[in-house]
Amino acid sequence: MTAVVSAPGAPARPTVIDRIGAAHIPLAAVLLLYPAFASDFFLTQIGGYSLIFGMIGLSLMVLAGYGGMVSLAQITVAGIAGYAVAILGLNNSGVHGFGWPWWIVVPFAVLLAATASALIGWIAVRTEGIYTIMITLAIATAAFYFAQQNYTIFNGFPGFNGLRAPEFWGVNWRDPVPFYYLCLGCAALAYAAVLYCSRSTFGLTLQAIRDNPRRMRAIGYHVTAHKVFAWFLAGLIAGLAGVLLIWFNGRVSPGTINVAAAINVLVIAVIGGLKHPVGPFLGAVVVVLMQTFAIDIVGAERFNTLIGLVFLAIVFVSPDGLLGLWSRLKPHLAQQPLRSGP
Amino acid sequence: MSLFEQPRTSVEGGGITRRQAWGFFWLIVAAVVAWMIFAVWPAWLNAVLISKKAFVSAVLNGLTLAGLYFLVASGFTLVFGLMRNVNLAHGSLYLLGAYIGYEVGARTGYWLLGVAAGFLVLAAVGVVMQVLVFRRLEGDDLRQTLVTIGISIVAADLMLAVWGGQTYQLATPAWLDGAVTMPVITAVRSNGASVFLTYPFYRIVVLVAAVVIGVGLWLMLNRTRVGMMIRAGVDDRAMLSASGVNVHAVFAIVFAVGAGLAGFAGVVGGSALSVAPGEDVRYLLASLVVVIVGGMGSITGAAIGALLIGLAEQIGLVYFPTYGVVLTFIIMVVTLAIRPQGIMGKAR
Repeated sequence: MTAVVSAPGAPARPTVIDRIGAAHIPLAAVLLLYPAFASDFFLTQIGGYSLIFGMIGLSLMVLAGYGGMVSLAQITVAGIAGYAVAILGLNNSGVHGFGWPWWIVVPFAVLLAATASALIGWIAVRTEGIYTIMITLAIATAAFYFAQQNYTIFNGFPGFNGLRAPEFWGVNWRDPVPFYYLCLGCAALAYAAVLYCSRSTFGLTLQAIRDNPRRMRAIGYHVTAHKVFAWFLAGLIAGLAGVLLIWFNGRVSPGTINVAAAINVLVIAVIGGLKHPVGPFLGAVVVVLMQTFAIDIVGAERFNTLIGLVFLAIVFVSPDGLLGLWSRLKPHLAQQPLRSGP
Repeated sequence: MSLFEQPRTSVEGGGITRRQAWGFFWLIVAAVVAWMIFAVWPAWLNAVLISKKAFVSAVLNGLTLAGLYFLVASGFTLVFGLMRNVNLAHGSLYLLGAYIGYEVGARTGYWLLGVAAGFLVLAAVGVVMQVLVFRRLEGDDLRQTLVTIGISIVAADLMLAVWGGQTYQLATPAWLDGAVTMPVITAVRSNGASVFLTYPFYRIVVLVAAVVIGVGLWLMLNRTRVGMMIRAGVDDRAMLSASGVNVHAVFAIVFAVGAGLAGFAGVVGGSALSVAPGEDVRYLLASLVVVIVGGMGSITGAAIGALLIGLAEQIGLVYFPTYGVVLTFIIMVVTLAIRPQGIMGKAR
């Protein structure tokens, strides 16, 4: 890597490291080396699963953090991609399963999910503020009941089984290590894209619309179009995560997209923090770890009580999630000279 | 109102006003509905709509369900209209009311005690929620909503812990059991005898109760001092507070009534249908859609929304079983497309 080294005394030109963000380099190193010391269980059940739910949470963070639209339909969007993969690709349920190759199915499923997301957004942005939560929750619930009742398209209650990640380039992507890197690659791509978008003209416009839609409309921006496009982008991320999710689970059923799952995504994003794209991933790791190890503390049945109480505590104590806690603690931990600067 | 609309005159050379046209339209609709319910159907109509019995039963079931939805959603819409607080734990209140009604009814043997307990306990829970939770987060819509989501997660899990996953059926007293014969002829036998429709008496009682409570709520809102304060609060909360009204007391009353109605509906609905985990989500969805369609903060809107959704759900169940939810969804989307603030909602 050839970094642009700025001469001492010259006006500070951003180096590559500055542009990437110094904190990202150790983070990337840890994530890349994680398979070296993690067991298979930690690799997929914790690592891969967290990355997948982090991506779904990230799609919510894009909408909520940059667009001011809190959506509860992100898992529905992911589920649409999942169902598309099950119906168009291969499954073991003996219903549909057109057997299209994965390199057609996956882009198609992701685009379908993004289009559906844009449609949901187009419905939701007709109203503002808190209505968005209600409308998206109604859509998510209706989608769940529809998938559960309808056997001709969604195969009803059992859904589709036997969904597998494909094999290509001589790699079996369903094995733990390749699957982890697949998730990591997708997550990193989505994360980088969101960071890039947030600093682009579109991202800045979206944030301006979040802060003052009336003024932006008066200046001449098409507020609705920007919001719907944000829904489309979030749908791309959620759709990609949905494909990974059903490969991870090996199945897709109404249980994948039920209201508990929809709320779970919100819990992940809120616990992590909605101010920065890293928040949802942080939240996903915390929630997945709790999901896995809370069984030893409170028993498998009462897990939801625990997660609900943690969620309530976060909402009461720190509205910006764990990231908010961190930014509040950081000044206290910082070194003395930095605080008493000029 | 479009810019190009001419100022309306009351006398237009024999023409009819828009209001008269609408009145005429609704008169025709009412006549068609009355004919469909009371007349003996010709064969072709029976062929199109399966049978008269199926159709009229679906309509009656739809009306009963609409009554239940109205009871649940009216509390939801009042709370939202006044406090801008989307209480996503409203479905949990319904389910908790049903369980409490079951326990009290089963232990004392008096169903009516169960109904009263459902209302009173949930009203108390509503006041506690308002005082402990929402008063602290006043003015922060998003956090209030997130808190209600957290409460609903915990509540659903704790109810599962206490009452388990099985389905309960509340026993109604004997005087509510049985079926009544409706003055509706469903078919004529070959020997000339008419077959009348029978319908469970209890469901008719539910429907009547919903109508009575709806009228009572309307009277309370429009004819009493508290109702005046609530309506004023819906329009402008700050102004109401400035004019010396204890807004928090008004909030607590509204929350108590809203939560109490959800609990009442839980007991009544649990007796008509059944009680099981997952019902909370069903009634939450119903309340959301009813309120989105009917308009926030409007009791009349909640009634109209509940009627539309209840009828759509039951008629959908009979005529296109696996696509019933889509009908509900379409109603919501069409309403949002034409009138984003809901049928009776005020544009803000």
